[in-house]
Amino acid sequence: MVDVRVPSSLDEVFRLLREEPSARLFAGGTDVMVRSFPDTLRRGPFLCLERVEELRGVNESATEVRIGAATRLSELIASPLVADRFPLLREAARHIGAPAVRNMGTLGGNVCTASPAGDTLPPLYILDADVELRSLTGQRRMPISAFITGPGLTQLEEGEVLCAVVIGKAQGFNFHHFEKVGQRKAMAISIASLAFAARTGGDGTVVKARCAFGSVAPTVFTSRVLDDTFSGKTLDRDVLERAAAIIREGVDPISDIRASMEYRRQVAANLIMRLEGAGKDR
Amino acid sequence: MKRKISFLLNGSPVAMEVDPSRRAVDVLREDLGLTGTKEGCGSGECGACSILVDDVVKLSCIMTAAQLEGRKIVTIEGVGQDGELHPVQRSFVERGAIQCGFCTPGMVIAAVGFLKENPDPTREEIRAGMSGNICRCTGYEKIIDAVEDAAAKIRGGGSGG
Repeated sequence: MVDVRVPSSLDEVFRLLREEPSARLFAGGTDVMVRSFPDTLRRGPFLCLERVEELRGVNESATEVRIGAATRLSELIASPLVADRFPLLREAARHIGAPAVRNMGTLGGNVCTASPAGDTLPPLYILDADVELRSLTGQRRMPISAFITGPGLTQLEEGEVLCAVVIGKAQGFNFHHFEKVGQRKAMAISIASLAFAARTGGDGTVVKARCAFGSVAPTVFTSRVLDDTFSGKTLDRDVLERAAAIIREGVDPISDIRASMEYRRQVAANLIMRLEGAGKDR
Repeated sequence: MKRKISFLLNGSPVAMEVDPSRRAVDVLREDLGLTGTKEGCGSGECGACSILVDDVVKLSCIMTAAQLEGRKIVTIEGVGQDGELHPVQRSFVERGAIQCGFCTPGMVIAAVGFLKENPDPTREEIRAGMSGNICRCTGYEKIIDAVEDAAAKIRGGGSGG
């Protein structure tokens, strides 16, 4: 038999972690419970973070927005602050699972699962999000791109809790785009996804652009060279074809039950072509 | 090592000793005898095990017993009140939105939760709202008809349709 504790404060979390440093942390359970059952009996104890008050909700300071790690995806989508400041993140979250999954799954869970297909991850990379980690001995903060080290791998240490995702308010993008390719609309794990944000002039000339792809590399694929391709240009066919070539060259996908390596490489590059003519008068 | 949990189930308080890692769907079906909640995929993908947790639709096959503590749980057995079917249930019957019936409890729960959030949905919004529930008889059109009809019933004060 395996114990499952559902603490309601961070103090209680750390007290329980002191007793059971190897406890497995989860929040919504939409990843952990699927992977664990029926092996749960051998893999606990579990610490469920879904009720920890300090880990819930979306708050802002003068310069940053702090999204508690146990904020459910449906709450993230409903947050006016997120809709106003980070529409790209909201749009990506809307593509995850289906309503019941979004009522359970959390932003922190999507980050800690660190799946190459995690749909909130490409926007979080574009937004230069930081993660805030706490343990009994202290607190640290790092960019999400440093926190996620490989498929399912993060820098989270034993006894450490992801408390929040922190995003700077000053992003300066006026155009955003998210598209996910899956085998169907709901309950589909991404075969490839593109998050794109740009600051453009009224005529559509790109001042700066950021691109991030999901599901086509061990972690989110970003490229400075790719981002720079758009600078000073409008999103016309020539520019996008140049970008597509960089994408085909740069991604490093795998073949699995959902799609082949070749398909992922091609569809990732094709996704950028969707932007033709976009970014004007917004 | 069992743990004591207490929660509100279909309006009545429940207190029980339970293995905290037991799945909520097993507690409901096997320990409490409420077999209306179905297990389809067992991995949170089909919606058959949907229940309302504090009025929000969740999946009982990927939820532990420990997470029931203190919550207000509504299963298909508790959707109707005072011997009357819920408007969503009535609409499912009237619109023929039931074939084999296995997905129906989850569909009804999902619709009840969805209509609380969006009382006046378009058909497209209904499709998105019900997208986590699979009907292997593929009776989706009538299910969407039923949810649309139920929305009108609820907006009209429960007696329309």
